[in-house]
Amino acid sequence: MSARDLDAREFFFGHKACAGCGGSLAVRIALKVLGERTVAVLPAGCMSAVGFNFPQLAFTNNALITPFAAAASVMTGIEAGLRRRSVKNVRVVGFAGDGGTADIGLQALSGAIDRGDNILYICYDNEAYMNTGIQKSGLTPHGARTTTTPHKGSRRPKKDMLAIVAANGVNYTASASIGYLDDYMRKIKKAAGITGAKYIHVLAPCPTGWGVNTDETVEIAREAVDVGFWPLREYENGTWITNRAPSRPQDLERHIKRQGRFKIEKRYQED
Amino acid sequence: MRSFISGNDAAAAAVHLARPQVISAYPITPQTTVVERLAEFVEDGSLDAEFVHVESEHSALSVAMGASLAGVRTFTATSSQGLLYMAEVLPYAAGGRFPVVMVNANRSLALPWNIYGDQRDSLSQLDSGWIQAYAENAQEVLDLTLMAFRVAEDPSVRVPFMVNLDGFHLTHTYEVVELPEQAQVNVFLPDYDPGENQIDFESPRNFGFSAGPEWNASFHRSHHEAMLRAWDVIDQAERKFHAIFGRRYPGGVDAYRCGDAEYILVTLGSVSGLCRETADSLRDHGVRAGILRLRYLRPFPHEAVREVLSPAKATAVLEKDISFGGAGTVFTNVRSAAPAQLNVIGGLGGADISKERIAGIFESLIQGESGVKWL
Repeated sequence: MSARDLDAREFFFGHKACAGCGGSLAVRIALKVLGERTVAVLPAGCMSAVGFNFPQLAFTNNALITPFAAAASVMTGIEAGLRRRSVKNVRVVGFAGDGGTADIGLQALSGAIDRGDNILYICYDNEAYMNTGIQKSGLTPHGARTTTTPHKGSRRPKKDMLAIVAANGVNYTASASIGYLDDYMRKIKKAAGITGAKYIHVLAPCPTGWGVNTDETVEIAREAVDVGFWPLREYENGTWITNRAPSRPQDLERHIKRQGRFKIEKRYQED
Repeated sequence: MRSFISGNDAAAAAVHLARPQVISAYPITPQTTVVERLAEFVEDGSLDAEFVHVESEHSALSVAMGASLAGVRTFTATSSQGLLYMAEVLPYAAGGRFPVVMVNANRSLALPWNIYGDQRDSLSQLDSGWIQAYAENAQEVLDLTLMAFRVAEDPSVRVPFMVNLDGFHLTHTYEVVELPEQAQVNVFLPDYDPGENQIDFESPRNFGFSAGPEWNASFHRSHHEAMLRAWDVIDQAERKFHAIFGRRYPGGVDAYRCGDAEYILVTLGSVSGLCRETADSLRDHGVRAGILRLRYLRPFPHEAVREVLSPAKATAVLEKDISFGGAGTVFTNVRSAAPAQLNVIGGLGGADISKERIAGIFESLIQGESGVKWL
């Protein structure tokens, strides 16, 4: 799957996302891969905040906002209802942020995976609660400053969501990055062809929260993969595959230093 | 067919007859036997529905809401802490105008922990935008649940419906219940027609959106007006119900010997029978006592309450609820329609309410007592 095969139609536009938003690119591209017979389910978060301001509704496919903790459960209900009505050839896809996935929505996601529901859950990970003003989430990496870890940065490592969903018994899971769209698109297409619960975790930088320029989103997302900060992996039938080995691990320090969020004042630095 | 069953069995029987296509529920005492029966019906094939095993009440209602959006009839059931755990989703389902039907087994709220019946759970959720009705006996549980689907799904209403029954007093006691025939129910409650509020692949829609200050009130006003329109729909449903099944229901309130009553006691739920018996005894001793049982709390039957209570000398409200630092919630609601002097708080955490104590409430009214009093 490449940009050449991509549907020319747009399903997510006219929204109010910030310049350089990685999340909106993740949603836009995913819907182009999945097509118009897709129901998009979004809990509270950046993409629901920018996409559903009545009367300016930004999805041209069926889409809705769910309660924050309920994305996976509402997806289950939609899938069950459509199946009962024998509606064929449809996909139920979720777009939840890192907080909506790894924190408040984790229980419902675990329930949906446990039931083996036929849903595709996509976590667009910008590594903090960006919509509410950059607060720490369970997916904020160690050392990243947020407005709730304002000086010292997060003291905890990022939760390993892929390992969590794999342990819950997910049918297919993969990490992805908006810096490698061909890989992201391929994984969405693959997941759409698998029955059962699927989970894709796409790194979607937020220039505002990360402290990079708005024209650096894609570059920083690509670099995160190249330096080994965010490996591209896939898990299927109990086996892990690494899709792309880090090509320049020596640039890891530079990758971290160029992001404002990792700049810690000397007096707050710890060993 | 007459059958000797519990209130929970009656609820499950009604849901079976109503033919929902998606049921989702999480277990909590004393609701459990409702969903156990439904799971049995689904597994034995007598009910062609999807039973979704969720990991919480929050998800139970979220699944029901999603299925409703997909265009099918849905049901869930809960109680007490479970109702509060799904509290976030209650106004969501109501604001989204998803006609989910829920049975709530009224139970006390922690702390202190208590599994027995009072009505603090549902009364705390009166503002969530759901229709709320309260049954007095197992037959009414069955009948109200059938009516709930019809009223909630009516195109002029489209509001979710909560049927309440007293924990243990109704959920786990057995009574003779008349079970309707499926063919008759199919006439009363045709297959679900989701109307426009559903996923549509021909003409895709966005749902559950944001509405800023300039639009917000118009959505809420339309919801409020739908609740008020529900009275006509409830009335039509009760007439149709009477025509098909032969049982007549009186709308928002059930007034007993109130016509010439000087003293009226307002009640809710299963305690009402004993209250009526007490009123009969008091009348034998020359006290003109009446009982006004509220059947619906949302929409609130303002007119009916005003009409019945206005001529009385004094009114008391007996309720299994207290809004701490205020008064009982039922009392506050009744007083929004008509004068009521005395609010008696009793039956909390399943405490017994005796005939003697009920007679004592009338004695207090005669003595001119007012305010909040603990039974």
